[in-house]
Amino acid sequence: MARMKFLCDAERCIACNGCVTACKNENEVPWGVNRRRVVTLNEGVPGEKSISVACMHCSDAPCMAVCPVDCFYHTEEGVVLHDKDMCIGCGYCFYACPFGAPQFPEAGVFGMRGKMDKCTFCAGGPEKDLSQEEFAKYGSNRLAQGKLPACAEMCSTKALLAGDGNVIADILRDRALKRGKGTEVWGWATAYGKPDHPQQQAPNGAKS
Amino acid sequence: MTKARKLVITVAALAVAAGLAGCGEKDQVIAYHQGKYQGKPDTPPWDNAPSASIYTTSTWTKGDKSSWETAIKSRTQYQNEYTRVE
Repeated sequence: MARMKFLCDAERCIACNGCVTACKNENEVPWGVNRRRVVTLNEGVPGEKSISVACMHCSDAPCMAVCPVDCFYHTEEGVVLHDKDMCIGCGYCFYACPFGAPQFPEAGVFGMRGKMDKCTFCAGGPEKDLSQEEFAKYGSNRLAQGKLPACAEMCSTKALLAGDGNVIADILRDRALKRGKGTEVWGWATAYGKPDHPQQQAPNGAKS
Repeated sequence: MTKARKLVITVAALAVAAGLAGCGEKDQVIAYHQGKYQGKPDTPPWDNAPSASIYTTSTWTKGDKSSWETAIKSRTQYQNEYTRVE
């Protein structure tokens, strides 16, 4: 069984916000709602690290546990989705989520806090697949088109990986082995591995 | 075989069985069954034909979960440039 997950390689993320833009564009999410965002730690300090954060599609999701109207469900491929027709916009899921994934539009049927909106792993929602209704409520359904989430597929440095947890973990493991270093150093060669040809060698310096 | 020896073998076999039981992996993904949550049913992605989208390059058999998973896995490998560029 596939277990869809996101994985962000902090050694590679350059905080370009391409994933945020790709998500906004693909799903046409309203102003004020950010299904994905980039977080930078130790900003401005050499060796700063950035990661792209959205719903992590937890296997044992706390949002599902606290929802008073039971509007969340897990798809067979391990994606956490919800039914917006049932959501009452109470915000419990926002407090329960350790990643701040649930977002609330500023205007909606419930006054200032509308129905919850979050990353769907580009898997749409409980409406007819690839329909106008599904797109309007939940955004694009790329999984039904045999595609992966737009954020990961658009990532320029391939820092953000999406797919079956086992497959993307193998990709990251492969990278880490090729780098041959841990997280104590940073720079081009750390992120992309050692060059095969001497003429492509990274410039000498403190970076790596 | 003496009674005591039989008892020892039985206890040992039970201990091995109990020990190995800890090695099993429980399914960590909650299986989705309609009716388990209050909302509307959703269609699995593999129940759509690949031709439903004009831009997709993935191919799978409509309704076949494993072929869709294979298509997604091969697409996932495009994120691994170590296998793309040699």
